[in-house]
Amino acid sequence: MTESIGTTGLVLNEPLLWEKGRMGRTGYSLPKTDVPSAAIDDALVGEGPDFPDLSEVDVVRHYTRLSQWNFSVDAGMYPLGSCTMKYNPKTNERQAGLPGFAGAHPLFPETLCQGILELMYDLERHLAEITGMDAVSLQPAAGAQGEFSGMLLIHAYHKRNGNPRSKILVPDTAHGTNPASATLCGYKSVAVKSGAKGILTPERVGELMDEETAGIMLTNPNTLGLFENHVKAIAAIVHDKGGLVYCDGANMNALMGIVDMAAIGIDVLHLNLHKTFSTPHGGGGPGSGPICVRRHLEPFLPVPRIVKTGETFGLSEDFPESVGKLHAFFGNVGVMIKAYSYILSMGPDHLKKASQLAVLNANYVKERLKGVFHLPFDAPCMHECVFTDKHQAARKVTTLDMVKRLMDYGFHPPTVYFPLVVSGAIMIEPTETESKENLDRFVEAMTAIASEAGENPEGLKSAPTRCKVKRLDEVTAARRPCLVEPPALKGEAPR
Amino acid sequence: MKPIEDLTFPEDLLYAQDHEWIRMENGSAVIGISDYAQDQLGDIVYVELPSVGQTFAKGEAFGTVESVKAVSELYMPIGGEVSAVNESLGDSPEKVNQDPYQDGWMIQITPQDPSEKDALMAKDAYLEMLKGLS
Repeated sequence: MTESIGTTGLVLNEPLLWEKGRMGRTGYSLPKTDVPSAAIDDALVGEGPDFPDLSEVDVVRHYTRLSQWNFSVDAGMYPLGSCTMKYNPKTNERQAGLPGFAGAHPLFPETLCQGILELMYDLERHLAEITGMDAVSLQPAAGAQGEFSGMLLIHAYHKRNGNPRSKILVPDTAHGTNPASATLCGYKSVAVKSGAKGILTPERVGELMDEETAGIMLTNPNTLGLFENHVKAIAAIVHDKGGLVYCDGANMNALMGIVDMAAIGIDVLHLNLHKTFSTPHGGGGPGSGPICVRRHLEPFLPVPRIVKTGETFGLSEDFPESVGKLHAFFGNVGVMIKAYSYILSMGPDHLKKASQLAVLNANYVKERLKGVFHLPFDAPCMHECVFTDKHQAARKVTTLDMVKRLMDYGFHPPTVYFPLVVSGAIMIEPTETESKENLDRFVEAMTAIASEAGENPEGLKSAPTRCKVKRLDEVTAARRPCLVEPPALKGEAPR
Repeated sequence: MKPIEDLTFPEDLLYAQDHEWIRMENGSAVIGISDYAQDQLGDIVYVELPSVGQTFAKGEAFGTVESVKAVSELYMPIGGEVSAVNESLGDSPEKVNQDPYQDGWMIQITPQDPSEKDALMAKDAYLEMLKGLS
């Protein structure tokens, strides 16, 4: 195979800042005071926090070294299924850093932040256009809150109509957090088993849907990476009983500008700007989880909402049926600016093409690896494909062993053991970011690992061997987590 | 994971489709998960159980079990009121892996309708079902 990009370099150990600090060292100097000194309020006087004394270079080296232990999408391929770890274009950061945006304070009067308000207003319109929905709120902080907001709207809608209802249908291929959002709204989740082909069938939904059921929470494409073909028929069944259809848009990267969500019967949909619209996530920044709705749910959207009067933009709380406020001020505005930058940079044609390439890449990986790993659902996939460790089970090699080994080859591991409907799942989402050369390299690495599983299964048990940190004891970490520094380590020389 | 032949399934238990077992003891029933279930889950790190006095219907979720791989619901093989829970699993969830039928028991219940157990499987039927899964 092509030479592995995984290697070992001079990766430096680094102690805790508390071990590094020395009394009296400083990293700042203050200008001479030019105002008379005054007494400090007694309530503010006392022991300071236990912070170490450090110089500037101490701190810079500390964080630089820590960052070198890390892996990021800027460093290499990050095929974490359902997380859409696509490249985050640097222009997004540049736009969000413009002084007019970065320096704006949320307490400014509206007249002084027309630019940001206009951007948010436009972003809402763009997201409505991309999804086919009518109205948007940018307020939810990330996907789980977006999903929760969607449930709040459904609850408010039913309540206004006289009965908030008590149950909600959640397919077994839906996103993992769905039942939690439903429970917070007082709904009991009723699991819907997917059909033999890994997608929902109208028959199953028809058997479970009744007038005590508020609706269904779909994920499309679902967590098997498969397109739910029967959404229109399922939506008709749900609507017929007065229910509503929520679509989890976590996997929208497969569908930008391709599926008209309103036309297939979706009433409310959330988006993850930090996945589909290329803003950093994970350790890289907060998320943003806008919700997009049809007209009949618009009155319930969170406040404040952005309104346009003539040529002026403002914030309005005058929506009496609103579910209220969900986030301090207006949501994670910095993330919105980056997503807006991405949408304008790409334009409608390239957004659609990005989705098409994301789907093509996943299908390419699926086709090339399907002889190597067991593929539980052999159908054209969307943005991700799901394999299992079934072929390797005879050698007692598990999904965990193989993906740990992948780090030695220079790739971030895929999502594993999810979705739960597939035993030993390996869920790969390459995104449109990766070139064919990168995908080939990834396929070669996975193929090499499958060969190792046959020839040297014991070797995989100790993987990774090239990373700074080797195989972790995940069981003890989960059973007896050590959440604070053990006192014995304090004051010891760096090991 | 182990081949099914290497797992144990005591004769005196009844098994549910979702891999819980029950043992009838003088009118009450002890519930846990099977050797197959603990093996599939892998190392168990947390078990969440109900309180004594709570009542659940057959098929209702009475708790969750968390392994390094996943969190799974625990379902009632038959309905009833919880009369005891295995508190020691709080500190030692690994008992479910080490000894799923004795030290790793989860709850004891007073069955509402003992005839519900007639729908459960004896060892042989459960083994047949497992062979169909693999």
